[in-house]
Amino acid sequence: MSSDASKGDRIRELMATEGDAVAENTRGFNKGRIESTGRLGDYEELKADAREIKEDAIARLPELLEQVKTSVEANGGTVYVADDAADANRYITELTAEERDADRLVKSKSMTSEEIEVNEALEAEGVEVVETDLGEWVLQLADEAPSHIVAPAIHKSRESIAALFAERFDPEDPPETAEELTMFARERLGELIEDADVGMTGANFIAADSGTMLLVTSEGNARKTVTATDTHIAVAGVEKLVPTVEDFAPFVELIGRSGTGQDVTSYISTLTPPVGSPVPDFEDDASPLADGSADDRDFHLILIDNGRLSMRDDEQLKETLYCIRCSACSNACGNFQSVGGHAFGGETYSGGIATGWEAGIEGLDTAAEFNDLCTGCSRCVPACPVGIDIPWINTVVRDRINRGETDPDQTDWLFDELSPDEEPAGLDLSTRIVGNYETLAKWGSLTAPVANRLADAGPVRAIAERVAGIDRRRDLPEFASESLVDWFEARGGARVPAESATREAVLYPDTATNYVDVDRGKAAVRVLEALDVHVKVPDLPGSGRPPLSQGMIATAELAAEDVYASLATHVDAGRDVVVIEPSDLAMFRTEYEKFLPAASHERLAEASYDVMEYCFGLLENGGDPAALRAPTAGTGPVASGTRVAYHPHCQARTIGVGEHATAVMEALGYDVRVSDTECCGMAGSFGYKSDYYELSMDVGEPIREQFGDTDRTVVAAGTSCTEQIDALLGDAPMHPIELIAPRA
Amino acid sequence: MSVAERSTFKRRLDSLGVTVTEGPESACAALIDEAAGSPAVGVALSDDRTESDAAALALPSRVTTDPTTADLRAAHTGVTDASLGVAEYGSVALEADSEGTEPVSLFVERHVVVLREADLVPDMPDAFEWLGPRTRDESVDVVFATGPSATADMGGLVHGAHGPKEVHVVLLREESTDEADDEAPSEAEVTADE
Repeated sequence: MSSDASKGDRIRELMATEGDAVAENTRGFNKGRIESTGRLGDYEELKADAREIKEDAIARLPELLEQVKTSVEANGGTVYVADDAADANRYITELTAEERDADRLVKSKSMTSEEIEVNEALEAEGVEVVETDLGEWVLQLADEAPSHIVAPAIHKSRESIAALFAERFDPEDPPETAEELTMFARERLGELIEDADVGMTGANFIAADSGTMLLVTSEGNARKTVTATDTHIAVAGVEKLVPTVEDFAPFVELIGRSGTGQDVTSYISTLTPPVGSPVPDFEDDASPLADGSADDRDFHLILIDNGRLSMRDDEQLKETLYCIRCSACSNACGNFQSVGGHAFGGETYSGGIATGWEAGIEGLDTAAEFNDLCTGCSRCVPACPVGIDIPWINTVVRDRINRGETDPDQTDWLFDELSPDEEPAGLDLSTRIVGNYETLAKWGSLTAPVANRLADAGPVRAIAERVAGIDRRRDLPEFASESLVDWFEARGGARVPAESATREAVLYPDTATNYVDVDRGKAAVRVLEALDVHVKVPDLPGSGRPPLSQGMIATAELAAEDVYASLATHVDAGRDVVVIEPSDLAMFRTEYEKFLPAASHERLAEASYDVMEYCFGLLENGGDPAALRAPTAGTGPVASGTRVAYHPHCQARTIGVGEHATAVMEALGYDVRVSDTECCGMAGSFGYKSDYYELSMDVGEPIREQFGDTDRTVVAAGTSCTEQIDALLGDAPMHPIELIAPRA
Repeated sequence: MSVAERSTFKRRLDSLGVTVTEGPESACAALIDEAAGSPAVGVALSDDRTESDAAALALPSRVTTDPTTADLRAAHTGVTDASLGVAEYGSVALEADSEGTEPVSLFVERHVVVLREADLVPDMPDAFEWLGPRTRDESVDVVFATGPSATADMGGLVHGAHGPKEVHVVLLREESTDEADDEAPSEAEVTADE
């Protein structure tokens, strides 16, 4: 979206105004999640249980809907299934404004009620609506939208809340501290709740067998909202149904830990309404509380479809319905930490999974506004308590946007040579250029001196920025004139003959290693040969990672088939596949599952190794560490100190190969400090785009804070991490394989 | 209830800032009297409501039972019992019953919760195994409360957002009936520790 200058401006503005508050809170939540889930002995088991319950519930949704109607009605309540927002609001306003003639409705926090915009509908009928969650109340007073699905006001500082209260209420003694602000809100809201006529809540889960709903809260406002009013309206998406109350258990253990890092929130309300508490009569308060008034309570459960049943029939978007809205994917996301939900969000939902919700509920146009902000770094994947492949949902939506938003006027013929893809004509140009990076790199390498000089020339960069959205402040990759494959062939191929080797391996010449960072490929060959491996470096097709990152699924799928076809004979011959670029290994292990027959995917995934993981395995199995470069051995331009700072690649962390490099370096005697930052922010092409340059640098900022003035030798495995760390620290790191490789 | 569960429960409550006092059932009224501020309202403890063991679990006389809404509004402390405790989380299960357990535990500054050790279960799945049949057969409403009401929405963690600022748990030991009880030796051990 190179032409959309306003998007970049909006992001820069939000980073300046809200970025610091959002970053502090979300990073705190994310750290809390890691600690809190770390205390669970059976975390993975609980996640698997939770996933299974959701899969089963969504598969049986029509049946559960019938069952919950029966059970709620048997309890004395009413169920209404609303087709869409207008349908739900009609029911709610008729009930509240007409039947109850209510003056005021009090609400506890509910994203689904925000989705249908029920507040506006009620206010149009003359019903005052009061949000009782303190964060939501602050936003209601400030007339702002939530920036986070769980902690809606994290973008607001204490000072701005104090200023807001002072302005709105002009109190004699304006509250300032968090304690004073909270007590001020507690008192005001307490009075508003006492006089309310109707209480509205959401529901985190609903058990079809008993009509019991579960509410996860901390403040106690949902308890008061339900207790103080005689009419309870609960608004929930149909996907909240689970078969039984016993199914709540794993979610209760997971939801608080995954979201804000609390083992459990203060209150888990499991209500089977109408609830059994008497209704306190605050107006005539001299009569006993326990007056049998529980019998007068009325309960309405509004189950919202609003696109969800269609999502259930959509094989790709269906997984979104497993989402329990814990916010783990928001908090784990580097981009979200920097900008928050006001940039990384749609009409209602925000964060990584919001793409699925907004695409299903509002449509592709809404999802398209923020879908770019998912870079596919995949750090949300292990964080999600129900195991949703959130980057995949973002990729699918991006693919659909690519196919739906074609602009027939675009001058595609100019670039046909460079973009031999499977995508529709008129695809956004920057998308297409990045998606066809392999072809571009091959061409750049063939014409390296000219291409590199051209790429650096001012006018060319200006055109690249205007036409393709590539930011001028970024260094462009410099193409090598001799590719790794050509170098390997020219040196006469393998130096360790197959007969005397301990193992045979194909070193995968990924696009970046083959055409740009050839040195790390050469280093890998030296390491493998030093450890008695017979190496082959055949000319192999690209993995399909660049097109996949642009949502070009059909192109990526073809690449997967090509790669598998080229590697199958090697795998059959018992050769290992060794991969230097972590994002390509992640393709083989994870994304190829979507593109290849199951048996093919498994074979390739099992035969493939990260190069440092492979070294680790070789050393564990008797490989001689003395054959590699120990800390004191080096003298040349490659620093030889014992102290190393290592930034593992985001996707390497997700697929569990981020730490092998640490183990290998430590085994050789290096003192390794590992980066705390989960993703450097470059994420392939993301950081090259003009709209996102500042954001990308901001995401990487913690790396600069940690390693900015280190005297350690900085190493990183990913090509894009290398570019980003070069930009952040002013010096390009090397791949760990280059650190440990014997000299040429 | 095992000794391990009791110590886990107490440790969790301690980390939540919840004070715990313990004693035999006969000390119930005294323990509540010690824990409750003034004025205090309460809901008669479940033993009191049934025919068995009449008045074994008594509230001190200064706690107003069957309060009016005005009493509730004026109260500093609300005293109720809990149906269940979840050791691993330090949670207590409060039933939103017709006697008013929910408002009495909610619209006050301090909530004093009375829990019998026999009602302590190890973990969340046990709690939901207990809850499931009761929701289906009796349509119960249960709030699992863990520590005081809390918010971080105003720029820092504050207790007492809408609900109680303080929680105090009175944990009642079963009167050791006979030495043959399997857990009797270890009970004694822990008591000695305290």
